[in-house]
Amino acid sequence: MSANSVALAYLIASVFFILALKGLSSPLTARRGNLFGMVGMVIAVVTTLTVTKNWALILICIALGGTIGAVVARRVQMTAMPELVAFMHSLVGLAAVFIAIAAVNNPVSFGLPAVLPMGSKLELFLGTFIGAMTWSGSVIAFLKLSGRMSGAPITFGGQHMVNLILAIVMVGFGLWFFFSETTNWTAFATMTAIAFVLGFLIIVPIGGADMPVVISMLNSYSGWAAAGIGFSLGNPMLIIAGSLVGSSGAILSYIMCKAMNRPFLSVILGGFGSEGGTAAVSDGTQKTHRSGSADDAAFLMGNADSVIIVPGYGLAVARAQHSVKELAEKLHQKGVNVRFAIHPVAGRMPGHMNVLLAEAEIPYEQVLEMDEINSDFSNTDVVLVLGANDVVNPAANVPGSPIYGMPILDAHKARTVMVVKRSMAAGYAGLDNDLFYMDKTMMVFGDAKKVVEDMVKAL
Amino acid sequence: MTGEVDPTIINLTVFVLAVFVGYHVVWNVTPALHTPLMSVTNAISGIILVGAMLAAGPVETDWGVWLGAVAVTLAAINVFGGFLVTQRMLEMFRKKDKKGS
Repeated sequence: MSANSVALAYLIASVFFILALKGLSSPLTARRGNLFGMVGMVIAVVTTLTVTKNWALILICIALGGTIGAVVARRVQMTAMPELVAFMHSLVGLAAVFIAIAAVNNPVSFGLPAVLPMGSKLELFLGTFIGAMTWSGSVIAFLKLSGRMSGAPITFGGQHMVNLILAIVMVGFGLWFFFSETTNWTAFATMTAIAFVLGFLIIVPIGGADMPVVISMLNSYSGWAAAGIGFSLGNPMLIIAGSLVGSSGAILSYIMCKAMNRPFLSVILGGFGSEGGTAAVSDGTQKTHRSGSADDAAFLMGNADSVIIVPGYGLAVARAQHSVKELAEKLHQKGVNVRFAIHPVAGRMPGHMNVLLAEAEIPYEQVLEMDEINSDFSNTDVVLVLGANDVVNPAANVPGSPIYGMPILDAHKARTVMVVKRSMAAGYAGLDNDLFYMDKTMMVFGDAKKVVEDMVKAL
Repeated sequence: MTGEVDPTIINLTVFVLAVFVGYHVVWNVTPALHTPLMSVTNAISGIILVGAMLAAGPVETDWGVWLGAVAVTLAAINVFGGFLVTQRMLEMFRKKDKKGS
């Protein structure tokens, strides 16, 4: 194919990628959107095959990777989606680094001049360092999300200073790389190594419940890494696809931060509450809470007119989505109006709860976003909080509280509140939750799945 | 003004416009589908596969080609895994629609 035909085919593929994202504006068009994405990818790959050689090697590698990808996609549990997404971000990052190294090694095969001009070096530098940070950051995110590493923030003194110095050193090696007449591998390798370390250091201090932001941010990085490689190779399709992904991740990070009322920088710098720790101190009075059994809870719900269920990370951990579906169905049969209220940061990634409830085949129209349902809490009989904490903490309305200003689900306005939780332990923000001590609140202790199953039996 | 426009400037133009398109398209994504959005963007960022294929392309085989081959494999995991898992999730949302309507 001529260079022009290739460019046109790439343009068509780019349009398909845009349509893929556009499809996600509604569940009705989403599947078609995904199909558009696949078509775009096929066009891109087939077109690239016409301009490259080593078909056997390339096709074998695609088949190998494709098989792994397909098996993983089929086997993964919906509760493990955040880990899978983090894992896949890491692959994009690593691939970007490998491509950049290969381009520095043999620029001609990418259509670049044999001696790299400064502009290309700058672009390769950007692609490599974003890719390297995406890789190591995503690996840490993956380890934290899959529980192979503690989700607690790991902080040490002078952390930000260390990061800053490393970043400056990295840029220094980058400059050395730019201004070297020949290919300066020492500079390039050192710079890449530092970028790997930086990605690691940046994610390590960020705690479990901030994962929705982290994972969106890494999503964004993986896009920018692809765009960076697109710049290096002068390939507009890579730039377009990368930018789409990059801006998508950035928007999700923004939405997540807003839903926690935390500035992006403070999330990224890590360690919730590490700046003070004055908040959670008890005022000396022993607060009392009321606890009940699953049977009591089931009885109350069975006699209610309306029930709102607020799912949180605890639901995902306990894999209780199918039991919850049974519960909702039982209540529905008794004529109870059952709905679900989803806080934007519930779970460990954007939309996590929606997917779990979808997996359990809970009807779409029963699942409502915060803005849609918040005004209904005050005329609801029973709210069942399943493994959520900070997102229903009324302290968010109290000036001076560390989470003041965070938008919450107004569970405390309902007539009766039931909270299923493993213990009285504080949530991620390290704050006591006044909701648990209200007169109308009943605590049901235990694993979310077990408790919900008992409720179903009792109904 | 004389001379040709540097290709980097053209790339920058494409980049900025694409960011705008991405911005507007993504704000229209319904929050319920944010997880599928992440997995489909994962698949799309697998477009880096194209760069990997070029790296694996040269006939005179040196270590750069092998590096490219590894990158092709990694990117292919992303492309296939991303699109297929998105499809799986979206099937779940469809089942609900059928029941609901």
